[in-house]
Amino acid sequence: MNLSLRWLADYVKPDVTPQEFCAAMTMSGSKVESFTEESKSLEGFVIGRILEKRPHENADALFVCSVDLGGEAPVQIVTNAKNVQPGDLVPVATPGTTVSEGGQSMTIKVAKVRGVESRGMFCGLETLGLTQNDFPYADPDAVFVVKEDCTPGQDAASALGVDDVSVEFEITSNRPDCLSVIGLAREAAATFGTALTVQAPQFHGSDEDITKTLDVKIENTEKCTRYAAGLVRNVKIAPSPRWMRERLRASGVRPINNLVDITNYVMLEYGQPMHAFDLRFVEGGKIRVRNARAGESITTLDGVERQLSESMLIIADEKKPIAVAGIMGGEYSGIMDDTVDVVFESAYFEPVQVRRTAKALGMRTDASARYEKGLDETSMPVTLARALQLVEELDAGEPVGSTIDCNYANPAPNHIPFDPDWINGFLGTQIPEQDMKDYLTRLDIKVENGECIAPSFRIDLERPADIAEEVARIYGYNNIPSTVIRGVASAQLTPEQKFERKVSQVMTGVGCSGILTYSFTSPKVLDKIGLPADSALRRTVTITNPLGEDTSIMQTTTLPGMLGILSSNYNKRNPRAWLFEIGKEYLPTGEDTLPEEPHRLTVGLYGDCDFYTLKGMIEVLLEKLGVPDVRYTRCDDKCIYDEKCAFHPGRSAAVYSGETPLGLFGEIHPDVQKTYGIGVRTYAGKFDIPALFAAAVEEITYKPLPKFPAMTRDISLVCDEEVPVAELEAAIAEAVGRYLEKIELFDVYRGEQIAEGKKSVAYNIIMRAQDETLTNEQADAAMKRVVKALTKMGAELRD
Amino acid sequence: MKEQLKAIEERAQAAISSAADLRSLDDLRVKLLGKKGELTAILKQMGKLSAEERPVMGQMANQVRSTLEDMLTERTEILRQAAQNARIQAESLDVTAPGKKPPMGRLHPLQIVEDEVREIFLGMGFSVADGPEVEYDYYNFEALNLPPDHPARDTQDTFYITDKILLRTQTSSVQVHVMEHQKPPIRVISPGRVYRSDAVDATHSPLFHQIEGLVVDKGITMADLKGTLELLMQRLYGEDCKIRLRPHHFPFTEPSAEVDVMCFACHGKGCRMCKNEGYIELLGAGMVHPKVLEGCGIDSSVYSGFAFGLGLERIVMRRYQISDMRLLFENDMRFLEQYR
Repeated sequence: MNLSLRWLADYVKPDVTPQEFCAAMTMSGSKVESFTEESKSLEGFVIGRILEKRPHENADALFVCSVDLGGEAPVQIVTNAKNVQPGDLVPVATPGTTVSEGGQSMTIKVAKVRGVESRGMFCGLETLGLTQNDFPYADPDAVFVVKEDCTPGQDAASALGVDDVSVEFEITSNRPDCLSVIGLAREAAATFGTALTVQAPQFHGSDEDITKTLDVKIENTEKCTRYAAGLVRNVKIAPSPRWMRERLRASGVRPINNLVDITNYVMLEYGQPMHAFDLRFVEGGKIRVRNARAGESITTLDGVERQLSESMLIIADEKKPIAVAGIMGGEYSGIMDDTVDVVFESAYFEPVQVRRTAKALGMRTDASARYEKGLDETSMPVTLARALQLVEELDAGEPVGSTIDCNYANPAPNHIPFDPDWINGFLGTQIPEQDMKDYLTRLDIKVENGECIAPSFRIDLERPADIAEEVARIYGYNNIPSTVIRGVASAQLTPEQKFERKVSQVMTGVGCSGILTYSFTSPKVLDKIGLPADSALRRTVTITNPLGEDTSIMQTTTLPGMLGILSSNYNKRNPRAWLFEIGKEYLPTGEDTLPEEPHRLTVGLYGDCDFYTLKGMIEVLLEKLGVPDVRYTRCDDKCIYDEKCAFHPGRSAAVYSGETPLGLFGEIHPDVQKTYGIGVRTYAGKFDIPALFAAAVEEITYKPLPKFPAMTRDISLVCDEEVPVAELEAAIAEAVGRYLEKIELFDVYRGEQIAEGKKSVAYNIIMRAQDETLTNEQADAAMKRVVKALTKMGAELRD
Repeated sequence: MKEQLKAIEERAQAAISSAADLRSLDDLRVKLLGKKGELTAILKQMGKLSAEERPVMGQMANQVRSTLEDMLTERTEILRQAAQNARIQAESLDVTAPGKKPPMGRLHPLQIVEDEVREIFLGMGFSVADGPEVEYDYYNFEALNLPPDHPARDTQDTFYITDKILLRTQTSSVQVHVMEHQKPPIRVISPGRVYRSDAVDATHSPLFHQIEGLVVDKGITMADLKGTLELLMQRLYGEDCKIRLRPHHFPFTEPSAEVDVMCFACHGKGCRMCKNEGYIELLGAGMVHPKVLEGCGIDSSVYSGFAFGLGLERIVMRRYQISDMRLLFENDMRFLEQYR
């Protein structure tokens, strides 16, 4: 909402500067977004009177003028304007002024034009930032010959009335009443404690009986509770007077002609949209407010033909729709050059009705935006009278004295208990009762018999809390004291929250940096990681109105997001990226139910790392979290994670605690790596945080330190390449039995001296008894069992 | 014999003091004092001496031995010291050369600030609640006094999954979950992701983070809201941080306020950073609307409460002077490595 301060002054005159006005209005709840002093745009422009005009001595197309700019001596200006004559008043850009024309800007200088000095430039409308709408008599393509009452030397801003201050407000959706000059004037009066003068509009009108010409009926009285209509005979279409054009312009509305301008003016002033119909196109003189009929359509003022549905409310004449109620008129309904008689409409349409229709037709207009928020059901006759008053004032036609008011509205004012103690208790203030009453009265809220009576334009006032807000904002939010909440409260993170924090700490500890990725993605990423066609992860939560395909599904796997970030880092030539993310997957549970949103840890690395770097991180993580019985296996058929397809089959592992799957990790499959455009070996993993949490053992019980020495034996063996070391270790463990303390793999060797398809593996085996010193014999016996067991597996002992 | 001893002592003294290293000193020790050494050789001649001479010479010989031993020890110490000095000298390192750093992971700046805000609220007795991001319309709008067709729904462009399910546009949805499951007193914050259909640019993202706060108890006042937010901002931005509350409208609070923080660049005078306002809009807040309380089964004539929601990205960007929100989601290592 753009407010002209000059217009505002019709109603309220706070004695403050525009800056002070803006600051105070913002603090009382009408937020000022910006304010524009119109005259700023015309600094340096003055009115000049041409005294003399003679041809330029060196150029046929140019003229040299002597111009009175109000100074002691006339000034010489060279121009190419043919339309100016001695005696004319013209706007002049004086030296130092920056002007823009045709999108280019330049600064006027004292300069010689073809050898003749020129001290300024005559300006046309465009240069002044104006259009013919502002000055209908001006030739838009020539220098503006000013026909206003002004004197040479006067600044152009005041001479042309471009000297208003326009304030842009952000009006919240609960205050449609403030989308008007009077509404804001009321707020200003309450804010500054000054008087508000609003007079009821009056017009004279002819003696004609409107009902002889016009028959108005509301057929759907639920969706339209009030419809007021007036008639103007013999309209004289002309530009509206300068004051009206100026106010419209400062309010951001383009002046058109007197009749159209009047409807816009009343809408801006009262917040009530008005509509004007050409009586010639109201067939049968009948106005019906009804639902559209099946198959009906209308070509609206913007020239678009629109199909109407039966749920839409329209204004129709005897035969056809002539307007979509509260949204836009039909193409023939507007004012035309040959219009003779005009019907003015001021109506109340039910907000939801207007909102739904506007949405369905895809057309939001200034009017519909107002109807949607809810208007004052009592303002129809007032605004109609105001429009007719202006018609008379502007001599734009002859209003018929009688009007029509179909009124099914029953606006019962809200009575809300007024309890100053409760208000003070709620706000934490000590505002005297009398002050509260004063604030409320200023806002037109009546306080009597312990009750507040909300005015009809304040449909947002329903409860004591609403009254408390009114009191608080006029009292000043910043005058409310600051207190500490009473009472003690202790709080701590839940075990799950603490656990996640620990996961995050461990991951940064092992060198990974936290990232944040979008939780929505493209369905294409599921193909990018090679997910099977029947994978459950392809069932996604899908956004019906996404910004684009790239963000159209909620991720069912966090892996692609991580790969995307690794890829973008690789493409930016970052030599190394070690990353982790704690995020969510969104797994559908049914059509009408919410998805599960389990938390996941995702890890991704490239640069200075290999499979075992990642595995080492996982080992540290699981040990730090206290996850027992950890097992690593190849990602085989038993692996429950469909993302296994994205991994190198020989270099990836599923992780279990006992039989519970925890996640998977490994090297990314070369194909997937290529799809993501990463040119180096890349590693990633995904872990199920709830599973980790469930598996983790919080408590640590101290075990006594050993009292007896350990026995260490080394063993080196050769076995088939395919045998996992975990199997060898299991065999060793079983063979050694209860004295086993630790098996340490210290070497794996392939190459010279080892047959192809074989590998050499070397272990440190540490044995210890809790209750005695082991003897060499005991250790040797254990080792014999080990050799026997390993031989049975096909391994050979090396020396 | 006496002369011999003297001569040995003199020669030995010269030899010891000129010995250049520990090895030659060791050789000298053997040569002088060893079993086959010069002093031993002389002592072997003692038998030839008379009974009177023997103790005198014996004493003298012992004196020489002890002198030589002392000299050897002293010289050894000097040489050892010199050798050590030489070694220390030789093996000195360039301490300005880089260390062998174990890999160092960083926290995302958004996480750092979220953790900080959480800590501040934990200290004030707020627990932390989580809520679904894919949410029923009811929790995101209806229960927050935003019935279908409410015009304020326009201010939050919403991603829909079905007619009834959407991506939450505000963490305020968690308020309702909390109040449905917990009786007052309630003090809770809820950080999380929210979604709005805004195209990506330097200051917009279709996905961003909010932290919701909710307090419900007997006698909670708007002054408490102000005090709590002041404390938050002072902890976050320093003791001299000033805030102001401006009336605003949110359907789920009444009174509602927008909270601005005094511009850090101009301290309220107005500058480019704050678009000449002197203050920067930071969060929305208000007293929980009675309809919201009642919808959750809380008697609004007994209890009152306040709620607030702050945008995390805005705080992070201001804190680290990040001018483009996209950086937060790009996760470029060169960006991440600037945080700790």
